[in-house]
Amino acid sequence: MNWDWEKLKKQQDGKEGGMVPPKMEDLVEKFKKFKLPGGPLLILLFALIFFGSSTFYTVAVDEVGVVQRFGKYVRITQPGLNFKLPSGIEKVTKVKVRRVYKEEFGFRSLRTEDTSRRTLAGGENTNVALMLTGDLNVALVPWIVQYRIKDPYNFLFKVRDIRKLLIDMSEAAMRLVVGDRSINEVISKREEIAVEAREVLQAEMDNADSGINIVTIEMKKTNVPEPVQPSFNEVNQATQEKEKMIYQAKEDYNKAIPTARGEAERTIKAAEGYSLDRVNRAKGDASRFKALYTEYAKAKDITKRRLYLETLKDLLPKLGDKYIIDSDQKNVLPLLNLGKQKGEK
Amino acid sequence: MKSKLVILVVAVVAILFVFTAAYVVDETEQVVVTQFGKVVGKPKAEPGLYFKIPFIQNATYFPKNLLEWDGDPGQVPTLDKTYIWVDAFARWRIIDPITFFQTVNNTLSAQGRLDDIIDPAVRNLITENKLIETVRKSNRELDTYEIGLEDIKERQSYRIVTGREKIAKQILEQARPKLAKFGIELVDVKIKRINYVEQVRDSVYGRMIAERKQIAEKFRSEGKGEARKILGEKERDLKRITSEAYKIAQEIKGKADAESTKLYANAYGVDPDFYSFAKTLEIYSDALGKDSSLVLSTDSEFFKYLKGYSGNP
Repeated sequence: MNWDWEKLKKQQDGKEGGMVPPKMEDLVEKFKKFKLPGGPLLILLFALIFFGSSTFYTVAVDEVGVVQRFGKYVRITQPGLNFKLPSGIEKVTKVKVRRVYKEEFGFRSLRTEDTSRRTLAGGENTNVALMLTGDLNVALVPWIVQYRIKDPYNFLFKVRDIRKLLIDMSEAAMRLVVGDRSINEVISKREEIAVEAREVLQAEMDNADSGINIVTIEMKKTNVPEPVQPSFNEVNQATQEKEKMIYQAKEDYNKAIPTARGEAERTIKAAEGYSLDRVNRAKGDASRFKALYTEYAKAKDITKRRLYLETLKDLLPKLGDKYIIDSDQKNVLPLLNLGKQKGEK
Repeated sequence: MKSKLVILVVAVVAILFVFTAAYVVDETEQVVVTQFGKVVGKPKAEPGLYFKIPFIQNATYFPKNLLEWDGDPGQVPTLDKTYIWVDAFARWRIIDPITFFQTVNNTLSAQGRLDDIIDPAVRNLITENKLIETVRKSNRELDTYEIGLEDIKERQSYRIVTGREKIAKQILEQARPKLAKFGIELVDVKIKRINYVEQVRDSVYGRMIAERKQIAEKFRSEGKGEARKILGEKERDLKRITSEAYKIAQEIKGKADAESTKLYANAYGVDPDFYSFAKTLEIYSDALGKDSSLVLSTDSEFFKYLKGYSGNP
């Protein structure tokens, strides 16, 4: 066909001089003439642009570029503008090595919009968190794994589905650690569990040459399954009650004892008072008697009489009924109504 | 012009040829080259650019990196007849792509083989062991509530012989040789989840609740006991304090009485008769008053003069 086309061209060349050609044909011809030398150039240009554009690429601040030549790893490039051989020969994969990734297990964080993540991390959220403890109880353990890509080469090439590996391993590691703890430890010693689980998980990830560095494992609130929670609260309540009862008893004790101590002091002081009173009185009485006696001894008979009479003088007016009976009267009692005063009263 | 066209055609054909002949092996891949279905040469495990005879030879790609296997979770009874859900997973890689190609052909059917071999191994080892063996990994001392939970203590005293890690290892050992003949290396098998089946779970919850209630009661009665003890202490201390005070008071009083007695005795001892005379008079004036009636005889010392005066009575 080619030569036909060539002939046609020659014919057309010949015709051109003599004939007045229709405008249309002329234009087409001109166009063709223009295109023919330009065609390969254009293709070359496109090709150049295509290959050229694939020879440079930018690596963002938080990532590195992993370059493969014919599938074989050749180098890692740092952030900035980088060059490579055109596509088809060299291929670059960018890996975010400085970003910290996060996987959540056993709970729904409200902020995460990435739903696929959680469906992978565990379709049934509670089942992910549900674990057997070392004392064969059931605990709810939700947690977060934060990780970074430490070795982009291993990360890209050593494991097929690295996220799945990480998720499975996290679960296995956490259960291994929780399986060796009692329910009480699971609830109260979260930090310890997180540290040990991180160690186990990191060892497994290193074992698999995953190139992943576990930054941290963070435990969310560990608990017992919902049906059991009230009874756990009851224990807390009971502890409070116990404390309360003890405090109340102590309060009682503190109320009574200091009062009793004061009362005891009072009793002792009163006794001391009694003692002083008694001794002083005795001393007083003794002194009085001694003084009296000294005088009495000087005139015994007269003093005795005087004392007797003085007493009667004081006494008699104070007395009520007085009956004076002659010593010769023998039968006096029937005349007296001794019970009278009592009766009147 | 003609020669140019020939060159063009040749070039196109050459490029086509090169494109069908050349193939790239990625870092994550390995390739088996076959010629009419027959394996030719060694598998290409090193990444890079390779060539084959176009149309006649065929390149089949296999992954070289670590692959995963996720078992179907299933109900398995343990040695102590508790039904549990076991979910295991494993990691494997193709180490002999030619054997792999010949025996299982592709990774999809390999999953089936892995299912057939690992699942029974998991079942075997779970049923051969007690539940506690599959849960715990060591004989670490557990920190439970220290107060008398005898049943827990009892369980604690059970010594772990194998433990979860060893069981996983045994599963691996059982399954690994069976998979070797497929060109598969089983890297490890892990137990991802072990949980009670639903019915068992409910009864476990029941047990946990009962256990907690027991602990709560223990705390309450401990509180009561402690309070009673303090109450007793209070009563004892009260008695002690009052009795001690009484004792001291009596001692003081006794001493005072003794001293006063001594004082009186010393003073009155000089003339007991006079003492009794003086004291009696004193008592008369204290004891007798308005309400007292007095019947006196004229014989008395005081009224004797009422009857008459005699110089010598």
